[in-house]
Amino acid sequence: MPSQSKSRVQQSTAVALPRGTVIVYAVVALISLAGLADATYLTVQNLAGETAVCGGSPDCFRVLGSVYSKIAGIPVAAIGTVAYFAVFTFATFAAFGYQRARTFLAVTVFVMFLSTLWFLYVQAFLLHAFCRYCLFSAAITFLLTGLIVATPRRP
Amino acid sequence: MRRFVPFIIVALVGFITIGAGTMLYRAKRPVALTISEEKSIGKENQEPTHVRGPAQAPVTLEEFGDFQCPPCGMISGPLLEIEKDYGPKLRVIFRNFPFPNHQHALEAAYAAEAAGLQGRYWEMHDLLYKEQANWSNAPDVKQLFVSYAKILGLELDRFETDMAGPTAKARVTADQERGKSLGVNATPSIFINNQGLPPKSLNPTALRAAIEEALKEKEKPTS
Repeated sequence: MPSQSKSRVQQSTAVALPRGTVIVYAVVALISLAGLADATYLTVQNLAGETAVCGGSPDCFRVLGSVYSKIAGIPVAAIGTVAYFAVFTFATFAAFGYQRARTFLAVTVFVMFLSTLWFLYVQAFLLHAFCRYCLFSAAITFLLTGLIVATPRRP
Repeated sequence: MRRFVPFIIVALVGFITIGAGTMLYRAKRPVALTISEEKSIGKENQEPTHVRGPAQAPVTLEEFGDFQCPPCGMISGPLLEIEKDYGPKLRVIFRNFPFPNHQHALEAAYAAEAAGLQGRYWEMHDLLYKEQANWSNAPDVKQLFVSYAKILGLELDRFETDMAGPTAKARVTADQERGKSLGVNATPSIFINNQGLPPKSLNPTALRAAIEEALKEKEKPTS
């Protein structure tokens, strides 16, 4: 009897997914790790004060040291780190059949996609400079969006 | 057991991210630079070429800058204000430290030196920073520098010759060598009374605070 109720609880949170869907979520989780590494690197750079000086890429300062690199005093890179970690978390849970995680994943990636469009516009038309780390992050987000859009809605 | 697997994976990745981030931060944390006694201004072979302010000023600010570096351009305006506010209490020294990955930085340093050979270094220095956005991506930067020389009323033929001449090159090289010997690897690098400022202090408020502190230090009675 206790084992029956336990399985019922599990059913309410996690469901079995087709193998293809599990693979897609696993790939999403793995790709988000690349974005997490990129965003973590940029956050550390910001905290260490490297974005306040020249020394590396000349164009990176123009982007990472600009007024658009912070939102309410918080570095965009730090927000990106949290976002990629959230994507990794939701994708991992989704791969294990947690249905709510799929919704959260889709919403997070959609918000990231819109943010990426805004930051690409800022780099191209307002700052006239591109940071290669930001472009890498943009590529990751587009890839994640593509995968999420391609994933079947129902298990 | 299977239901705990995603929690374990997520927690593991979280710990690895925090751990790697902390290690990276420790590696990147800027080292506080200082100018040793034998390399301080006033010692033999350490005399700067470009100085603004009295020699006996209690505070000396030595900047290593690159004319094409945006943070240097951003700090140049507030620095001018600071110079005006502190007047005879502050002496400012500028050293060329052009980065090779800044396309026109070296040429700009030569242009400033060439203007200096006609006694207008600081005017060209200020103009280059003021106009940074206009010449940084220009295809024919030399033409622009000549136009700046014209604005400053310089003798143009001499300016062009001096830009390519050995004196300008030697001065820039000497500044770069001093910077490298002090451990400078980023611009702007600012020293106040031989004490390097961390990158986070490269803003007007922190600069003023550092100058005030240096002034207080000088005013302290020596026992």
